Amino acid sequence: MAISEGRSGRGALLPLRISQLAGSRGGSLAIFVGKRILWMVPIVFFVILITFVLMHLAPGSPWDRTGGRQLSQAVMNNLNIKYGLDKPETEQFKLYVWNVIHFDFGLSYQYEGKSVVTLIGGGWPYTATIGFLAFLLIVPVGISLGVVAALRQNTRVDYITMGFATFAASFPNFVIGALMVVVFSVVLYKATDGNFFLPSADFGLDSHLIMPVITLSLLPIAYTARLTRASTLDTIRQDFVRTAWAKGLPERLVVIRHILKNSLIPVVTTLGPTFAFLVTGSVIVETVFNIPGIGRAFVVAVSSRDYPMILGTTVLFSVIIAVANLVVDVAYVFIDPRVRLT
Amino acid sequence: MAVPAVAVEQLVEWEVAETQIGLWTDAWQRFRRNRLAVAGAALVLILVLIAFLCPLLVQLGILQNPVKQNVQYIEAAPGQAGFLLGSDELGRDTLSRLLFGSRISLSVGILVQGIILPIGLAIGLAAGYFGGRIDNLLMRFTDIWYAFPDLLFVLVVVSVFKPNLLTIFGAIALVNWVGLARLVRGQVLSIKEKEFIEAARSSGSPPLKLIIKHLLPNSLGPIIVTLTFGIPQAIFLEAVLSFLGVGIQPPTPTWGQMVFDGYEAVYANPTSVVFPALAIGFTLLAFSFIGDGLRDALDPRMRR
Repeated sequence: MAISEGRSGRGALLPLRISQLAGSRGGSLAIFVGKRILWMVPIVFFVILITFVLMHLAPGSPWDRTGGRQLSQAVMNNLNIKYGLDKPETEQFKLYVWNVIHFDFGLSYQYEGKSVVTLIGGGWPYTATIGFLAFLLIVPVGISLGVVAALRQNTRVDYITMGFATFAASFPNFVIGALMVVVFSVVLYKATDGNFFLPSADFGLDSHLIMPVITLSLLPIAYTARLTRASTLDTIRQDFVRTAWAKGLPERLVVIRHILKNSLIPVVTTLGPTFAFLVTGSVIVETVFNIPGIGRAFVVAVSSRDYPMILGTTVLFSVIIAVANLVVDVAYVFIDPRVRLT
Repeated sequence: MAVPAVAVEQLVEWEVAETQIGLWTDAWQRFRRNRLAVAGAALVLILVLIAFLCPLLVQLGILQNPVKQNVQYIEAAPGQAGFLLGSDELGRDTLSRLLFGSRISLSVGILVQGIILPIGLAIGLAAGYFGGRIDNLLMRFTDIWYAFPDLLFVLVVVSVFKPNLLTIFGAIALVNWVGLARLVRGQVLSIKEKEFIEAARSSGSPPLKLIIKHLLPNSLGPIIVTLTFGIPQAIFLEAVLSFLGVGIQPPTPTWGQMVFDGYEAVYANPTSVVFPALAIGFTLLAFSFIGDGLRDALDPRMRR
């Protein structure tokens, strides 16, 4: 549900204005991309600032233990000195930003002597594989469902597709993931005496990917399908589509060349929010399926107050989303010839 | 080919409603015609009733106490030993916990909207009406805000401050008011240019009266729809927090936590996952049906 009605504008943050003056397209594109990359700097800075302030507002310290024996004051002081927590907060913040510029995200509190970069690097292959596969599933499935529903508007195909989309958009992904485990790993396992089932534990990079990828991609598929349907319905009623039919083009050509090409333009903008969703979705899906990726690492870091790890993952996530939005905005320029950069 | 005026009058069949109906009556009639929306509203009403009545049911002995542990009946299957929907890993009655869970979900969903409404309205109206610096500030702020995925923000806030009702409500409201403020601003910007506002202003209406009497009522429809869609989003965030183990702390029963607890023992007792999972799913579905129905009912352009 990260993608909601109010947030549909996430994809295009900067205004793209249509102007009559074409100008030199290559040059203005370079300026546009340059501006957007520069704009990412304050965004990442503020994300660091907000997270940093929040964590230092917190009562208590990261060395507090919930239950059991507390660390002695001397040990805590040593830990504070080791991780630089004895310095004033503004000093710590300056140091952190300076280190981030040099791609040093500090040492993790929970794993002795491991740097945040190493930990994120270790989880990255899992998160990236699942996110990439989900993306490969979302785009073709979402778009084709939407187009088919629109072409067969108000038929059973349309109702079933949109009914599915409504369900998939309402059921949270951890609920879908848990229910899938119940059906495919528990009930199926018991029904077939363990001969045929989908694995849900002991993560490897094979059939274990099926359920996480489906869980992660259902909501974006639903969202893409709904939007594609609406935009295709809009295109179908255009004059040029009627002309294409009238001049006797076969259905395949009308759909691909005239309808699809034009109705996909607004769909591209949702790919930005889709990326944002894949990022937050990874937090949930990796918890449901116990995958050692970055999302899971974030949840573990949050519950054990591993400040450098929380900061590192938050920065990484916000950079990924900012870059995805940038790519979407640039792709928009290439796809829609009417868009001119300002 | 001049057609006599009399003939035209006979050709056109004027439809004049016997009584004029206002926007709200009209919206209600259209909402009522949407079967899914009515079903959603009915489900929500039942949930509200359950949320209010379940302590009474416990008092009357119809329902078990949701926190009472029956250690001799751990992970009972549905129907076993008097547990209609089974029991959990501490032998607590799943049905009772399920019904009590509706209290947390509904109050998060609805109270959070109560928090963001005044904030979003005030900032959105101010930014849209007065423009200038406050408008600029809001827009830059939302640009940055949108780079920060809301689940991550809520997770950080709740982990930093101890998770209780107040911090969870606050954190969820904090990530959601921005959307409402942006919507209100957009509404105000478009209505501000209409002729009736110009007329009111030229006849000497002070800004405050203009906002309260004209701008607010005219943007009420989209605001209501946004708030309605905000309810399932807030419920979802609370459920995820509970599922990730940083939500409202046990023993208070919440649906997200029940999914998590049941999930730990999914091979032994799969039904303890299924019931709370379906409760979350169908509650969210009901609210989004209501939202869809309201959107269609309140948008005059959707009139069929």
